[in-house]
Amino acid sequence: MGKWAIAVHGGAGVDPNLPVQRQEAAKQLLTRCLNLGISALRSNCPAIDVVELVVRELETDPLFNSGRGSALTENGTVEMEASIMDGPKRRCGAVSGLTTVKNPISLARLVMEKSPHSYLAFSGAEEFARQQGVELFDNEYFITEENVGMLKLAKEANSILFDYRIPNGGFETCSAGAAATDSPLQMNGLPISLYAPETVGCVVVDQEGRCAAATSTGGLMNKRTGRIGDSPLIGAGTYASNLCGVSCTGEGEAIIRATLARDVAAVMEYKGLCLQEAVDFVIKERLDEGQAGLIAVSKNGEVACGFNANGMFRGCATEDGFMEVGIWP
Amino acid sequence: MGWAIALHGGAGDIPVTMPPERRQPREAALRHCLDIGVDALKSQKHALDVVELVVRELENNPNFNAGKGSVLTNAGTVEMEACIMDGNTKRCGAVSGLTTVINPISLSRLVMEKTPHIYLAFDGAEAFAREQGVETIDSSHFITPENIERLKQAKEAKRVQIDYSQPIQKDVEKELPAASGGSQLGTVGCVAVDNQGNLAAATSTGGLVNKMVGRIGDTPIIGSGTYANNLCAVSATGKGEAIIRHTVARDVAAVMEFKGLSLKEASAYVVEECVPRGNVGLIAVSASGEVTMPFNTTGMFRACATEDGYSQIGIWTSVE
Repeated sequence: MGKWAIAVHGGAGVDPNLPVQRQEAAKQLLTRCLNLGISALRSNCPAIDVVELVVRELETDPLFNSGRGSALTENGTVEMEASIMDGPKRRCGAVSGLTTVKNPISLARLVMEKSPHSYLAFSGAEEFARQQGVELFDNEYFITEENVGMLKLAKEANSILFDYRIPNGGFETCSAGAAATDSPLQMNGLPISLYAPETVGCVVVDQEGRCAAATSTGGLMNKRTGRIGDSPLIGAGTYASNLCGVSCTGEGEAIIRATLARDVAAVMEYKGLCLQEAVDFVIKERLDEGQAGLIAVSKNGEVACGFNANGMFRGCATEDGFMEVGIWP
Repeated sequence: MGWAIALHGGAGDIPVTMPPERRQPREAALRHCLDIGVDALKSQKHALDVVELVVRELENNPNFNAGKGSVLTNAGTVEMEACIMDGNTKRCGAVSGLTTVINPISLSRLVMEKTPHIYLAFDGAEAFAREQGVETIDSSHFITPENIERLKQAKEAKRVQIDYSQPIQKDVEKELPAASGGSQLGTVGCVAVDNQGNLAAATSTGGLVNKMVGRIGDTPIIGSGTYANNLCAVSATGKGEAIIRHTVARDVAAVMEFKGLSLKEASAYVVEECVPRGNVGLIAVSASGEVTMPFNTTGMFRACATEDGYSQIGIWTSVE
């Protein structure tokens, strides 16, 4: 009988001027989600169930960029995507382009379990959702006032707003206006110095040593409609095998190019690295100029996270009592 | 060293009893596409240009399951997807859910080159196509009588199939195109290394017969159906769901990199050891000009050539 472990994230790349009350709210949400996961693990819930229920909680809460509170497309609408993977047989399910589904991660799971396919998107996914009888809301439900404001600013800046990214140096940052939520944006692709929501994810290994991973997001603020990021792509944003479970966040295009989640497992499998070594390796060697982070668990009950961004909303806990929630390195 | 190219027109249960009138046009198409790819490499074209132009040619050929000749969804419509990747930079582009774009592979290249994104799908991809002024046409252009028949059979059998799986027994006697099982091919792809050592991969497909509307397969998923880095370029074909779960294209490269296996060894390992029988085939080239085309299905429409004069066109197992 192995030991369980769990990790959650709410996104990599954090505004250094994020108001303290926001930071606290984020940490509280992460803590609450960890505790939900821990209770489930203590009741012998399998890993695949735990990651789903934790990500549902993150989607339902408007604080991060998934489900309600998702970032908005260029048209001011929400297009959500998610994926889930069950380590033991590497079953997987993914969805993109959801506009009415309250919990995208649960629809991804239904794709995995109730359809002959692995990935459904847009109107086909919505139709499947209706057939499956999942909870649906009008698109307005998912749209928060804050994000409407953010979209407006992003359009004024006429740049794609990544979840957020702080440059490593060489660019001016306007620290003055950063604190207030209605202060002016940085221009020319520089990160928004406002509270900005983030992709969410959860990875779990249960007492049977089974790993699972789940990731969910609204994607990039002001994204072109139809844009798909890393979160629903198996091997990029999400991966689980009999060795580990991984969920990534950050610059989607960089994560895709790096097949980041798969690479953690591949390096463990083909190079024999342990979990933390594998995580460190991919973060250091695979991201080029992209900024990203990830959480991972191994079948041996280890948990690890890594990021090359300036921060990542995260929490982790293991059966032997370790628990930590953090934002900064 | 030197250039190398491989292309495929799909792996699956291609019956060895395929009559000559079905087999020959496909072999001719493979030969033709190989020739244009080889000519392009000899004219010093960049690998990325080579794979795009070869896949365009395959898309335009109605005998293959990509572009015109794409298999149909359960609603009788066409939803095409494609993906391209440049080995040096690992830049990539992918599209899904196309219904009017004549050459999906070219649109995926435009996503890579003209947007900050990698992957556009459905309405958004179609809108992008219009903005870019690519050739579009009414969706009916892509639909062929064979595919209508194939869909009908699949619905009768209540199954979703790689488009040339063996038909149900009772149809074998009929001389309908789909009854011979091999009339349509699954997914097309091309990989190339030019004589500068640049690698590229491209894959394009209509997907699975009778697939659910909105179903995305392995083709546009980087690391599953398509992958290229500075070691190799890979394009996979077969049962999408299996290729995704086994991250086939990425694994070939990963096994080369992390275990030091050769291209052939790595590809054979993935196809023979990792993915269940009957589900996958792939083509791959390495930076040093090697080429390999393993498959664990009955057959795979394929062709390859290398600068030292080697070339091969095949369908079923050949002694390599």
